[in-house]
Amino acid sequence: MSLGPDDVKSIAHLARLDIDEKNIQGYVSSLSSILGLVEQMNEVDTSNVKPMAHPMDVSQRLRADEVLEENQRDSFQKIAPKTEDGLYLVPQVIE
Amino acid sequence: MYHTKTLSELSTMLEAGDVTSVQLTEHFLQRIKDYDGEINSFVSVTEEQALNAAAKADAQRKAGNAGPLTGIPFAHKDIFCTQGVKTTCGSKMLDNFISPYDATVVEKMQQAGVVMLGKTNMDEFAMGSSNETSFYGVVKNPWNTKAVPGGSSGGSAASVAARLTPASTGTDTGGSIRQPASFCGITGLKPTYGRVSRYGMIAFASSLDQAGPMAQSAEDCALLLNAMSGFDPRDSTSLEKEVPDYTADLNKPLNGLRIGLPKEYFGEGLSDEINTVIQKAIEEYRALGAEIIDISLPNTHLAVPVYYVVAPAECSSNLSRFDGVRFGHRCEDPKDLEDLYKRSRGEGFGEEVKRRIMVGTYALSAGYYDAYYIKAQQLRRMISDDFTQAFEKVDVIMGPAAPETAFNIGEKTDDPISMYLSDIYTIAVNLAGLPGMSVPAGFSNNMPVGLQIIAKHFDESRLLNVAHQYQQQTDWHTQIPEAFK
Repeated sequence: MSLGPDDVKSIAHLARLDIDEKNIQGYVSSLSSILGLVEQMNEVDTSNVKPMAHPMDVSQRLRADEVLEENQRDSFQKIAPKTEDGLYLVPQVIE
Repeated sequence: MYHTKTLSELSTMLEAGDVTSVQLTEHFLQRIKDYDGEINSFVSVTEEQALNAAAKADAQRKAGNAGPLTGIPFAHKDIFCTQGVKTTCGSKMLDNFISPYDATVVEKMQQAGVVMLGKTNMDEFAMGSSNETSFYGVVKNPWNTKAVPGGSSGGSAASVAARLTPASTGTDTGGSIRQPASFCGITGLKPTYGRVSRYGMIAFASSLDQAGPMAQSAEDCALLLNAMSGFDPRDSTSLEKEVPDYTADLNKPLNGLRIGLPKEYFGEGLSDEINTVIQKAIEEYRALGAEIIDISLPNTHLAVPVYYVVAPAECSSNLSRFDGVRFGHRCEDPKDLEDLYKRSRGEGFGEEVKRRIMVGTYALSAGYYDAYYIKAQQLRRMISDDFTQAFEKVDVIMGPAAPETAFNIGEKTDDPISMYLSDIYTIAVNLAGLPGMSVPAGFSNNMPVGLQIIAKHFDESRLLNVAHQYQQQTDWHTQIPEAFK
């Protein structure tokens, strides 16, 4: 499997990653070689194998819908890049 | 001096009143000051907090409320959230992150009374096998400062090897406790998936990540695992399983123990010298009464390819939380929301992290999900089934922890694939969720070699017993690099 520069740009966009134009060629070759390594998977027929999501095939625990945590907004917002009146600020989204 | 003692020995000395926690803490803080400049194993040193905690531990001991770990100096890998202390995960993304809460592991160790000296360096977001991807610079191997300490828990391994701390925590997603333990000549244990809580441990690949102890001996690891383990309702993958006393079986004789040697772990790619060291360790076990059985784990060669789908896929999802909005790095003057996301992430993440996020994003993108992620999960089951079958015939599996000793800094940085292959013997264990250890077994070209021991799910007691009995016969685990004596 080999990728081109446009593939890398579109993957970077999907991942919301700004990458330097000068590094694109490097990603083209490293991502292609990783996908090449991964291609070995296709040598094995797995048509009757059930996918394994958890090493012990345990499904996730459910709990009652109760409030267990206290509100700690102030302490969480202390480390935020930008807040105002208890809200997180980002650039304007809607005109 | 104190630093030449194991954690278990220090515990006995504290109990006997031969030393105080304040004395120990001062001693190790001084060692960090004197020696860490050479190896860069700490990202933060929390001197004031440590001295306060040590005084508290001494008071607790005086009052008769001390446990075996009360007052023991300790270090946490910087992947664990520590309230009020910078928690970076080795990344520029979290260079300004003062955690508002403690990880469960941190909380539990605190309850056990350990004194945190600081936070150890690591590969960025635990993605790496050499500690060269850290934003805070490469960690150097105390046995040869031109060599890497392994990764991703490289700072933890190097700090214990240099005796700057008696022990530390590590995390292991594909070998990140066992490979650096092997490279640095210390004892490291990756518990069964779900044994130790992942709450507050910054997530890399959630179906593989597991925390464990890194120390000088199996006995030390047993004491630490006693304190770290247990069910945690705040971790949805924590398993409700009682915690045994991991020190209880340490002295059981190994008569009749069945050891499996998978032929795939001794084939092409393994250095001859490492093979010799491992064979010698196996002979030691034979002398202790163990039976050696040849086995096969036929899908071993697929573990690395499978891992490089599963781990990047899960990391691309986990790391989407770093978006410059609520915490972590934010770029200057974003022109719109997308620019804020893209530049904050582009600037905050290093190359290896970006590479893995992109591989994962690709593997999970529309049209590719079945070909990559589902296919990898199917093979994951086949790899896991190999172990299940092997464990019908044997009690533990042994082999090398890594195909070579610590390589030189810079040697593999331009070739991610060759870096990935240094985890070839450790990765399958994570895919199967099994517990595994690396135990010092000798040297090759003056660099440490680790023996890997793998057991069934939740059979950590057996692992520790098998490692401890070996350490009663050998002194590899007591060796200290010349420059740090």
